[in-house]
This record gives sequence, C-alpha cells and structure tokens, in this order.
Amino acid sequence: MARIGVFICWCGENISRTVDVVKVAEAMAGVPGVVTSVEYKYMCSDPGQKIMKESIKNDALDGVVVALCSPLMHEKTFRTAAEEAGLNPFLLEVANIREHCSWVHENKEEATKKAIAITRSTVERVRYNLQLKNITVPITARAMVVGGGIAGIQAALDIANGGHEVVLVERTPSIGGHMAGLSETFPTLDCSQCILTPRMVEVARHPKIKLYSYAEVESVSGFVGNFEVKIRKKARSVDTSSCTGCGICQEKCPQKNIASEFEEGLGKRKAIYVPFPQAVPNKPVIDRKHCLYFTKGKCKICEKVCGPKAIRYEQEDEIVEERIGAIVLATGYETLPATFFPEYGGGRYPDVITGLQFERLASASGPTSGELKRPSDGRRPETVVFLSCAGSRDLAKGISYCSKICCMYVAKHAMLYQHKVHGGKAYVFYMDVRASGKNYDEFVRRAIEQDKAIYVRGRVARVYEKEIEGVKKLVVKGADTLLGEQVEIVADMVVLASAVKPSVGAAALAQKVGTPYDQHHFYSEAHPKLRPVESNTAGIFLAGAAQAPKDIPESVADASAAASKVQILFSRKEMERDPYVSMVNSDRCFGCFSCEAVCPYRAISRKEIKNRSGEVLKVVAEVNAGLCQGCGGCIAICRAKACDLAGYTDQQIFSAIRGFNTTSTYEEEVVKK
Amino acid sequence: MDIEKREYAYYPGCSLEGMAKEFDIATKEVFTRLGIKLSELADWSCCGATAAHYKDRLLAYALPARNLNLVGKSGKSEVAISCAACFSRLKTTTMQLEHDSKLKAEVELVLEEKYEGGVKPLHILEILMQSVGTARLQALVTKPLKSLRVVSYYGCLLVRPPEVATFDDLENPTSMDKIMECMGAVAVDWPMKTECCGASLTLSKSDWVLNLVEKLLREAKDAKAQVIAVACPLCQANLDMRQIDLQNQKRIDFKMPVLYFTQLMALAMGAQKEKLSFHRHLVEVQSTLGAYLNQ
Amino acid sequence: MSMNMNMKFEPKIMAFVCQWCTYTGADLAGTSRMQYSPYVKIIKLPCTGRIDVQFIVKAFEEGADGVIVSGCHPGDCHYTSGNYYARRRFEMFHELMSFVGVDMRRIQFAWVSAAEGRKWAELVNEVSKRVEELGPFNVFHALREQANELNP
Repeated sequence: MARIGVFICWCGENISRTVDVVKVAEAMAGVPGVVTSVEYKYMCSDPGQKIMKESIKNDALDGVVVALCSPLMHEKTFRTAAEEAGLNPFLLEVANIREHCSWVHENKEEATKKAIAITRSTVERVRYNLQLKNITVPITARAMVVGGGIAGIQAALDIANGGHEVVLVERTPSIGGHMAGLSETFPTLDCSQCILTPRMVEVARHPKIKLYSYAEVESVSGFVGNFEVKIRKKARSVDTSSCTGCGICQEKCPQKNIASEFEEGLGKRKAIYVPFPQAVPNKPVIDRKHCLYFTKGKCKICEKVCGPKAIRYEQEDEIVEERIGAIVLATGYETLPATFFPEYGGGRYPDVITGLQFERLASASGPTSGELKRPSDGRRPETVVFLSCAGSRDLAKGISYCSKICCMYVAKHAMLYQHKVHGGKAYVFYMDVRASGKNYDEFVRRAIEQDKAIYVRGRVARVYEKEIEGVKKLVVKGADTLLGEQVEIVADMVVLASAVKPSVGAAALAQKVGTPYDQHHFYSEAHPKLRPVESNTAGIFLAGAAQAPKDIPESVADASAAASKVQILFSRKEMERDPYVSMVNSDRCFGCFSCEAVCPYRAISRKEIKNRSGEVLKVVAEVNAGLCQGCGGCIAICRAKACDLAGYTDQQIFSAIRGFNTTSTYEEEVVKK
Repeated sequence: MDIEKREYAYYPGCSLEGMAKEFDIATKEVFTRLGIKLSELADWSCCGATAAHYKDRLLAYALPARNLNLVGKSGKSEVAISCAACFSRLKTTTMQLEHDSKLKAEVELVLEEKYEGGVKPLHILEILMQSVGTARLQALVTKPLKSLRVVSYYGCLLVRPPEVATFDDLENPTSMDKIMECMGAVAVDWPMKTECCGASLTLSKSDWVLNLVEKLLREAKDAKAQVIAVACPLCQANLDMRQIDLQNQKRIDFKMPVLYFTQLMALAMGAQKEKLSFHRHLVEVQSTLGAYLNQ
Repeated sequence: MSMNMNMKFEPKIMAFVCQWCTYTGADLAGTSRMQYSPYVKIIKLPCTGRIDVQFIVKAFEEGADGVIVSGCHPGDCHYTSGNYYARRRFEMFHELMSFVGVDMRRIQFAWVSAAEGRKWAELVNEVSKRVEELGPFNVFHALREQANELNP
C-alpha cells in the first residue's frame, strides 16, 4: 500500500479565494493510500516546506503531491526539499490548482471540485512514479552568439573575457548592428560610433573570439552543453586572409548606384563594398546581385586592381561545424519601412523618412556628412514633423506593443535638428511621452524647454504633398487632442518613429534552435520577471531587442546578464539533466525500429542479443540516455509497447486519467458540505 | 479565362434608376464594349443603405440577403454592383451572415426562405481591375482623354471598412487612377481620395457638409484637376450640387465637373456624348470637357 | 453509472497537452486571470508526439465526454517534429474513431502556443459548450460497463 502525503497551498488568497482548500485536504484524506493531507497558507515558505519535510520523515511517505501553483514555478523547490528529507525527488508531483484552476474560475464550488479532481488525478499518478536519478552530461565550454550588434558584441566580449571560447555569427558583412549607424545617443548625446567601434575592434582582436561575419546559422542539433551547430559562411567572393582591406577594389568598381543598406537607402555603394569605413572585419564583399561580372559576365575590374589577388569569383558558400555548449540569441530588431504607411505617403514622398534614416542624415559619417538636407531636393528643412508611435500601439497596424525607444530618440532627433538648423521648427506628435530611465525625462524636458521642440498631443491622420510657391511641401493633418482641434502643419520633412519589430528571420532561427517566440516573433523569456535572459530551452539565452524593444543600455545589461548565465553553465565540467528518457524493454521489442525513424535526436541504436555461443538471436532498440531528450515520440509509435518514458510512463498516464474520474461519492459529499 | 464570354448578375440599385441614371447608362455602355454581359436581376429591391441601416439592423441585413438570394436563383455566383453603398451593404451582409448564425436565423424568418450564401458581390472597379485588366481596357480606347487632368475620388465605402472593401489600398487606393491612366487621362495624385464628403450628414448638418465639400474641391483645384471622377451616386450628387450652394452662400465658384468614372471611360472608348447624359449634371460639363466631347 | 437528472450536466473533458506550448499557454491564461469553463482538466505530457491514441480511448472509457489534444504550432515543436507525428497519427485515428461510431465533435485537436493564453481560454470554452450540447457520452460509457460484465 502506498504512503502518500498531500500538501495543499492557500497561496495567501490566490488559491483560497476560489478554492476551498480545507475541503480539498479533507477529500484527499479519504483517498486510499493517502496517509496525510494538510493545507497551509504558504507551502513554499520555509515553515511550509518544513511541514512537508517532517511529514516525509515521520509518516514514512513514499509519494508526495503538492497542490499549488504551476510546476514551472515551484516543482524544483519542492523536489529539492523532498530530497533533503530523504525522498527521491521524482516521487513528488505538483498539482496545478492555481494557474489552471483558482485563477481562471470564479465559482467557488466549481473551482473546489476541479481542484479536487486535479489533486486526485495527481495522487493516482504519483502512485506509479519511479525513483529516478538525474542524468549527467558533459559540457562543451564554448559559446555561440548569434547577432553582432551591440548586444551580441557585449555578450561575446564578456564570455571571452571570462576565459571561454566564443563563436560570433553575424549575418551582414560587418558587426556593429544598428548602433553603428546611429548619430548620437540619448540621453548623453555622445557619438555612437565613438563608443561602439573600440568594442568592435576588441572583438576582432580577441584571441578567444572566432568571428563569422556574412554567415548564418544553418542548423542546430543536440542539447544544452552539447549543441552541434552548422554555420553557412556565405560566399564573400573575396579571400579574407589575403585581402589587406586597402579599398582599391571598391574605389574602382564601376557599379556605383546601389542603395546602401548601411545608409538606410539614403546613400549609394558599389557592388564590391565594405559597408562602412569602420567595418569589422574591414574586408569587402561582392554583392552578386549587382556585380557586373555576375550579372553580365564581364568586368572583373576588381580582380585586375587587387594587389594581393584576393578576389575569388568562384567562391561558394561553405558550411562549417562547431561544437557549442550554450547559445546567446542577440538578433536584434528592425523598424517598419516607410512604405508600410500609405496614409503618410511613405515610399511616395522622398521626404517622408524613418527614424533610422534620420539618424543617417544627422550622422557626421552619413550621406550628407551630418548636414540636414531633404532627400528630395537637398534643401534645408525649415520645419520638420516627427510622428511618434508610427505603427506602435496601433491594433489597426497589428502592433499592440510600445516600441519603447522612440520617445527618447524622437526627443533626441528634435534636439539634433535644432542644433543643426537654427531657427528651424520641430513638431512632435505623440500619444504619451514615455521617458522612464535614468536622466531620460530630463532629456525630454530639455528638448522641449531649451531646444523648443513643439510637442503636440495627438495623432496624425494623413500626410500629403503640396506645391507651395514652387516648393514641394508636406502637409501634415492631425489632431491636437489637448486643444480639441484639428491641426495642419506645412512641413519640409516628416520623420516616422516607425515601430520596432524583430529582425527578419527571427522566427526561422528560433525554429532551428527550438526555442519559443511570441506572436510578434520576439523571443520568449523563461520567466518575465525572474528569468528575463533565459529562454525556456536549456542552454539558449537571450540578449537585446530580439526579446522585446530595448535601448542600448538595456541591451548591454541583457548581454552581460546572458553572458553571466553562460559562464555559470560553463563553471562546471558536467551538468545534471532531468531523467525523463525513454527506456526499451528488450524482451518485448521485436526490432521494427519505427522508434529509430521518429527519433529527432538519433538516440536510438540497434543492439544485438546473442546466445551463449555468440549467435545473434534478435536485434532490438536501445536508447542512448545522453542523447534522448524525452519527447516520447518513440513510445507512441511503438507497436510492441516495448518503449516507455521515465517520468511519463503509460501506467502513470492511465492512472492519472482514471484519477480524474474516480471522484468518489465521499469526495462529492465533502464538496457539498 | 475568355473575358469575351463573361457574364455577371447585375444589381443596379435605386440611385441608378433615378438620379444616377447616367451612371447606369455609362456602366452598361462600357461593359457592352468590353463584351461582358450584365444581366439585371429580376425583381431586385432596395439594398437597405442609409435609411434601413440607420433605423433597423435586421432590415439592414434582410434586404441585401433577399437580393443575394436572387443572384443565387439566377444561377450565378457573382454580382456586379456600381453603387458604392449598395456594394458595401451586400458585401457586409455576406460576411456577417457567414458567421452570425443567430442573425441568419432572424433574416431567414423575415425572408420566409433560407439564406443560401455563396454569392460574391463585386464592385465594378474590382471587376475592371482584377478580371478585365488594364491592357484590355487600354485596347478599347479610341478617343483618349489626352492631358485631361482627373482626380479620382473614392470616398468612404469603396475602401472602408477595410475588412469589407478589400480590393484596393485602404489609405491610398489607386484602381480608379489606373483606369483613368488607361483612358489616356492624367491621373493626378491628391490628398482627398478617401476623405469624407459629408453626404450622409446632408440633412442633419448641412453647414458641415458645405465645409467638407469646399475643402475637397479646393484641393482638387489646387492639384490643377479639371474633373473629379467618382464611383458613388451620393458622392457625385453631393459634390455636384453643393457647388451651387457654395456659389450662393459663399460666392465661390469652383466650376468643377463631377463625373462617374464610367462616363469618362465610355467617352474614351468612343461613345456618343449625347448618350452619356452629361446634361444631367448641375455643374456645366461642356466648357471643361468640350474638347473631349466633340472630338 | 447513475446520473441525477435534476443535476446540471457537467461534462468531463480531458486535455492532453504538451508541456512546452499549450501547458505554458494555459499557465498564461491563469496569470492573465482569464475566466473560462471549469470542465477541462489537463494532463501534461512532454510532447503531443508522446500521446498514444490509447490515452484518448482510455479517457472516454473512464468517463470523459470530450477530449482535447493540443500542442505547439507546426514548426514550433520543442522536439522539432513531435507535433507533426501527432498530427499524422490523429488523421488516421480520426477515421478509426468515426468508423467505430465516436462523434468526432467530442475530440478537438488544436495548436496553442505558450503565448496564446487567450486562445486556450477560447478553446476550452468552445469545446465545453459543444460537449455540453452533445450531452454525456453514455453510449461509450455503457460499452465499458457491458465489457466489465462480460469479463468481470
């Protein structure tokens, strides 16, 4: 006969408000095999845990059910406590009566009934729990960071400075990300490149960092501590080891009218190019879509002028393999393009630009050398209208969230504009000004009070072009909700603070890595408060705007936090893993190997069973516990019922199913009492 | 698909029988020239626009549902509609009844027959752009409206609500502009394409309406437009008639003809001006379009 | 099995869900305090690929009136492909069950991600409502009793 203890938590009022915990305890006390059933205000508190621990010892329990919040919250807490009391931790199960019951139901009788059913089912399940032992696996102390923006750079440097090897994978020809293209940064107005480029150089020089630029993650297999990653090094058409970065190829290339990605389309580049002068690595790449040799079959000027003979037209993509212990995803963001806003004439009117484009116009290294000029005719804009929340917080545009960085950069833009165009007028249309950060609100006030930016609370309905006295102007029609009036502003330029989105391909990468993401394709953190830089997949960490819109300080803080998590993982030679792995009963297995076909981890191998004289009697499946991740696919496919999953055995599940429905009349009476 | 043999059920709607007769005539003229037969539904009734859908929700769905059933009974699955309001009512009804089983039951009770569903209401702009195509339209032009500056006015119901009117861009529709270009005209970009003309406030807030119309006309004038093309009888009437009010009340004379886009199409395709009833418009057409009318 | 006819019919619905997506999605519905029907009870599994069709048969046998199977969206499986196997398995299971005479409206297959608390609540309400309308699955439950009588 089992000796099961049931411990029910009030969670203060969180559970007890809608679940009559006393009745649950009473009902469980009557279940065969339950020797103790108690409730307590806060089971997770020290005294609460003590109640359970003492009962394990005093009542000689061989199974425990704790009925409280989601197992994602506290399963670990209570299993550790059980172990301390001398019980195998896997003999304890959590009945989730908070997230799945008390928080989602209002009717107390119904919620109590459901809580009883959930707890009862868990009691029935725990009867068949087996004593399990964690599995130990070795750890490869080598990290991969995906994304070479400021978050990726910081994470890579921190891990490398901690003494571990880092593989940094960047999709574009250079690291630096969006930060490399910013003019000045809020709230200090220091130059973005001045603070970023030393870090980029440090990455390039660091003996522990291996940089793959112009490369993408092709596939990821394995698991925490033991990932196998394939990286596609895209063909640069340049041999980086012999290239000296002299730049003559770029200078002589005849294809010169290609919109530069780095300049956000406001500047031009060649077909062979280094994205920007401080690029790391400072080696060019041939854009095969535009190169005359690749499109028309002739030219080869770059090859002719290249001193060290580093041009390689025949180069192909190369797949390299890396063994990795932990992965940091720092793939960053992009913003909605101006063309997303037909009501503002984005894409039709060249002087309607995005915030990132304004950064390039204002940047000393930008296409206008930092002079503010209209893209259409090069005139100095005398009036500029900045539109906050272009797309953000706008359900009609499919974006419910706040892009967070815009309020601050719009204030910065208004300031930079005033500094560059004296006497110019900067209008800012806003919904709310969200400037919560150190010295942030002061910064916005400065924009309004010192630099005379005119803040108009309201939204803009339409922007259209109109010729006034021979000059094409933009008429901005909107509402001033404080005055309760419609307003029309005739402007020279309109800057859209367009919404922040995750980078293109973020979801595809998450699928390769096997980590969840939300409906907007931002990566999901394991816990919104307590585990913000971990994903729900062990060994995958998150940094920067790939997880949610973030500014530079937040991205850097994230990156250092993720790096520290990686180093915690790497501080041990091996790690313990849940023992939920598949087991094969070789007596029942007849060797169909359906399991082998469905296993995503190649954890099934074939084992020969021989008699004494060495003849093979049959070949059966065998599970490599180190590789098995416990998905259970092999069990469901097994026709002989030879496989089973530790921790989720057929017997446990069947018993749990039965448990839901064996509500006895006794239990019913308890509820009615 | 052989376009020559296409045939659509045709729902003209009340306006096109009365004050917008010329819209009906011009549309039929264009479609005949395209070789597309518009078979007018027998025994069609009001679509429930304006009056019904202000006053009675059930009536507002029952009336279109009756007409949609007629389309099904005529053995067709698509119905061509000229009037923007009729289009909006019929399309809204198909969408609403598809997932609102309670409303559907009520409608069926009123109609005393089952609502069959499966009928697709199409605005003629949608048919011209998506089934006929600009190449075919261009091929039929015999008297191009060379250098005629046209602004296209879409108003509300051709683009809103976006889940109903799906055939063009909500914020910057271009279908009518493209058709005008095919006709040889200069499609002038202007900011008022989808602004409200105030027609639905005609009786309650006529001073507002006058302001809205004045703004629209002024922008059209500023864009150096010679004519406004429309696809809605109410927009046409409002923009046309209010010019007389503006003359009387504010002493502003825009002299801006407001024509149905199919009138302009028919003209470019060589139809006789007498046939197109330009005399029915209040703002005089001859002085602006004279060159094109007499070519 | 006796049922008091005066009592309101409270359907028993069992949900087999994967721990990565739907279980976490149901947790999210909880943390967001969405209110939904109390008739669905969850059995957590590592992956929908773990779900043996016997679980579903067993659930009906043990008195369930409806069953939900829900996991990660296609492409999002934590184990890369488990949900695809599950989907394929239920395609086949579907035919078998309808052949045996089970009203397939009692079984709902769904994708609910960890971010879709709202979808989980809606799914539960929808299935609860449908099963409530269908009433208790007495035909199947009676089979069990007959079988018990034959093989005591």
